[in-house]
Amino acid sequence: MELLEQQEVLGKTEGRPPLIESGCELIGKLEIKGLNAGYGRKTILDQLDIPPFEVGQVTVLTGPNAAGKSTLLRALAGLLEVQGSMKFNGRELVGMTARQRAGIIGFMPQHVPNDINLSVMEAVISALKASPFDAVSGRNETLHGRALDVLERIGITHLALDHLSQLSGGQRQIASLARTVVRDPKILLLDEPTSALDLKHQVKVMKLARSFALDGRIVIIVLHDLNLALRWADRVIVMDKGKIAGYGSPTESITAKTIAAVYGVQVRIINCPLGQPHMIVDDELKP
Amino acid sequence: MSQEKENIAIGYRKQFTKRVLLLFALTGATIISFCVDIAVGPSTLGFTDVLKTLFSKDSMDLATQVIVWEVRMPYSIMALLVGASLSIAGCEMQTIMNNAMASPFTLGVSAAASFGAALAIIIGVSLPGVGTEWMVLANAFLFAFGATMLLQTLSSLKGAGPEGLVLFGIALVFTFNAFTGILQYMASAEALQQFIFWSLGSLTKANWESIRFLLIIIFAIVPFSLASAWKLTALRLGEDSAKSFGVNVGRLRFLSLLRVSILTAGSVSFVGTIGFIGLVGPHIAKLLVGEDHRFSLPASVLSGALIMSLASIASKAIVHGAIIPVGIVTSLIGVPVFIILIFNKRTK
Repeated sequence: MELLEQQEVLGKTEGRPPLIESGCELIGKLEIKGLNAGYGRKTILDQLDIPPFEVGQVTVLTGPNAAGKSTLLRALAGLLEVQGSMKFNGRELVGMTARQRAGIIGFMPQHVPNDINLSVMEAVISALKASPFDAVSGRNETLHGRALDVLERIGITHLALDHLSQLSGGQRQIASLARTVVRDPKILLLDEPTSALDLKHQVKVMKLARSFALDGRIVIIVLHDLNLALRWADRVIVMDKGKIAGYGSPTESITAKTIAAVYGVQVRIINCPLGQPHMIVDDELKP
Repeated sequence: MSQEKENIAIGYRKQFTKRVLLLFALTGATIISFCVDIAVGPSTLGFTDVLKTLFSKDSMDLATQVIVWEVRMPYSIMALLVGASLSIAGCEMQTIMNNAMASPFTLGVSAAASFGAALAIIIGVSLPGVGTEWMVLANAFLFAFGATMLLQTLSSLKGAGPEGLVLFGIALVFTFNAFTGILQYMASAEALQQFIFWSLGSLTKANWESIRFLLIIIFAIVPFSLASAWKLTALRLGEDSAKSFGVNVGRLRFLSLLRVSILTAGSVSFVGTIGFIGLVGPHIAKLLVGEDHRFSLPASVLSGALIMSLASIASKAIVHGAIIPVGIVTSLIGVPVFIILIFNKRTK
């Protein structure tokens, strides 16, 4: 009986925890058309069109190695030279200066340097002070308050005065997330944010990603763990060789057929007793 | 604000105060070292005599006044200025190249200056219109500046990351050393002796005119370094992160290298090759105050000045009655520190 009740609740939310009403108006989108990007002369993304990313949603980019996921994320973050169009609420992002872009986009890199002699708090404040930022007045109390609020929300207030070089890889990754969100970007780009995290912290980061989306942001995450994508994403884009191989809700895009075509493995997508889809990898596909 | 957040805010402010106090302590130590540096020399002066001459010039006899103001003072002030400029240049270089081993000495800027000096001393070639007495200075400056401009050009090329710059710097060291070697091979015994003395790095070339020149450079350049402190701190968090915080990393790197080139060229051209200050100074500074560049840049200025001042004392105290070129002393201190740094990095 209890199980049935749980299934009923989960059924309404596609297997995710019930969404919390944030009170924000979740309107806005990021449109990408005819995007070309690559490294040097090597083109990775060629005339890529992507259905709009919606405010309030978590989109997971996934796919095999060298599929172009990180390239797409870096292109969105302005870290690569690109051609094409990327419009956020009608505003063209291509050609913006780093400073203009920093007011809209936050990027969390996959690799975080491990030899930095800065405290978590100093690093968060340096993210705020690195370029002029309208939302924060020059008063130190305001800055410190903002940094502390972000650390509290992410749950690492207790690490605030610890040096980054003394933290574990996972703690450093979460501290990096704090630096990414402290400037209050409208688009949050996270490159494999869970790669160094234990199970508990993986769940924590994905829940945070959802809550950041519900605050009125577009959240785009590169993930290799498809079960995390099935559990926490609103939309999943499966990429392969710089193209989109699957797009839609998690269960629409992560199918046995798509995964077999893209990864060359045989999988089963099954529902657990709570109705939550899970992917089980059985074997490599025989040539 | 919750109690935990309040405690952290207090802790953060305490950390800030502690670092400010450390900067004051470094300043105090530098001033003391400066006074000792003036007191030490072939003709021994008492510490109190030095203080008296400094603060009340006329209270001492003429000989003491001349020794302190005309002989020792330029030497000691030059030590502070050269140490300060090479150290802050090293600090910026290490950050923008993301390499703890980067310094003007290890990236070929000093080697280029040496080649310029060798051209002037051995062949007597310089820019048209430059007088004989300014040739060494002009050439050293020109080549040090040119070498950093080459580093700059490379940094602006597509795909040349910090590693590329370091490799290019090493290539510069070998290239300029080879050119200097050719000149040395061709040189007369007298010119060779003169060049070797220059290349050892000595503060005895200091005079009030060169001090004024270097002081102007420092006062013109260092404020710009300090103004970039937050951007440089953000760059320590990774190039991608810094860019996403709105930092124009290419521009930051270009302007920083420009500052480094002027500071290094200014110092090296006056006193010759002084190794390792640009490496050891910033390391001590970061050890004391961390990598928040609001503190590590001024701490580098102070620690560089302090180490150079201590090296200056050692250069006069090691052999009684003689002044060993200070470049030899800094290398003797610098090499073991360099090795320790490499081993520490490997252990990590």
